[in-house]
Amino acid sequence: MITVENVSKSYGATRVLTDCSTAVARGEIVVVCGPSGSGKSTLIKCINGLEPIDAGRIVVDGTSVADRETNLPKLRARIGMVFQTFELYPHMTVTENITLAPIKALKRTRAEAVKRANTLLERVGMHDYADRYPANLSGGQQQRVAIARALAMDPIAMLFDEPTSALDPEMINEVLDVMTALAQDGMTMIVVTHEMGFARRVADRVVFMDQGRIVEDSPTQNFFEQPASDRARLFLSKILHH
Amino acid sequence: MTHFDLAYVVSTLPLLWDGMQTTALLTVISLAGGLALGMMLAVLRLSRLRLVALAAATYVNLIRALPLLLLIFWFYFLVPLLVGRPVGGYTAALIGFVLFEGAYFCEIIRSGIQSVRRGQIMAGLASGLTYGQTMRSIVLPQALRNMLPMLLTESINLFKGTALVYVVGVRDFLTAASVTGTRDNTLVEMYILVALVYFLLCLAASLSVSRLQRRYAV
Ligand SMILES: Nc1ncnc2c1ncn2[C@@H]1O[C@H](COP(=O)(O)OP(=O)(O)O)[C@@H](O)[C@H]1O
Ligand SMILES: [Mg+2]
Repeated sequence: MITVENVSKSYGATRVLTDCSTAVARGEIVVVCGPSGSGKSTLIKCINGLEPIDAGRIVVDGTSVADRETNLPKLRARIGMVFQTFELYPHMTVTENITLAPIKALKRTRAEAVKRANTLLERVGMHDYADRYPANLSGGQQQRVAIARALAMDPIAMLFDEPTSALDPEMINEVLDVMTALAQDGMTMIVVTHEMGFARRVADRVVFMDQGRIVEDSPTQNFFEQPASDRARLFLSKILHH
Repeated sequence: MTHFDLAYVVSTLPLLWDGMQTTALLTVISLAGGLALGMMLAVLRLSRLRLVALAAATYVNLIRALPLLLLIFWFYFLVPLLVGRPVGGYTAALIGFVLFEGAYFCEIIRSGIQSVRRGQIMAGLASGLTYGQTMRSIVLPQALRNMLPMLLTESINLFKGTALVYVVGVRDFLTAASVTGTRDNTLVEMYILVALVYFLLCLAASLSVSRLQRRYAV
């Protein structure tokens, strides 16, 4: 459903992605990991066209992202995205956060959008908070609302950029549980994360990046049991031993 | 003047009221013009086209380096030499205010927009909104709330600043009071009254904005 072919990208003179290729099938869960600055965030921002690419091709459900004819807002409406820093809209209630894009981009009626929002809030365990403002929620609660907000567009795939990195340890699991349930429902997911327990349990494949390159792209079990590259082995030993 | 004569003060009110209307009109027109110009300049300053951004920045920095009075004098004394006929105190002052306030409002609006985190734009775009929708629904409401205190302060400055029209012979509130006070030898009463009115109006303005802010606070 998502193919990334020989993608390269620079910010000015800095090379951030070099010749990256991978593919994600419908219903597949791919975890992306690697050291900070290795280009993970940039890669997933390229997938929904938030960052332009310099070379290569990205195709999402048959649509080439970098194509000049591609209607980017329309494409992005079909891909959910969840950020490390939640990025809920602080001037809107939880319900307003969730219904904004369905109303504006999908032209749903307010009543339809609110109904769907309530269902989704139920699903992420936040139905008691519909009228709260983000500032009155904990980090874990905000992130669960952010996931509901992304799901409100009925996306064909979800992109997660370190969704638990900004959370206090006791809140990480409530977010991972929501993501695990989503994976079990068959959602196509690309998840940038350092939660290796989650990766082991949920991911079909692990992509390891270093210095803008995809160094390793293997089935989960292979990645953890016999990483092919020294860099992945080093990374794993560091991250699994604290 | 040994005591405050209420009957006398009441007798001066029609003249002062005329002056206050002029002050209010000057403030409102300059505010509208200054905000419109400021908004345009802010958009230009945030433009990705370097030359456009530079031109707007140059204007803003140049204007902010000049005394307002000088701008008014330019239009009052120099522009008539160019166009061959007098501009008039009222028009000269208005043009001066708009050009001057535009530069200050530009900086307030620009910093307001920049105070909204970039991730908010990312989130809006990622959800499928267009850039325009993201700006309107997500960035501008937050920017406006962040810049409200500074917009108010600048508007109060403008309101008080309109008293400068004195020098080009426009009869605003302060001028009306001066004229009356000089005529009746009651400058003490008049200037106390003027101070009181300015103070109360500015106080009311700040109070109403802090209420507004509390209501929309997050
Ligand atoms: N907007 C930007 N402008 C310039 N450089 C950037 C920008 N965003 C990211 N970078 C650089 O690109 C590299 C990869 O960043 P990123 O994709 O955020 O890495 P990761 O998510 O793996 O930590 C880093 O060196 C970072 O400094
Ligand atoms: Mg990152």
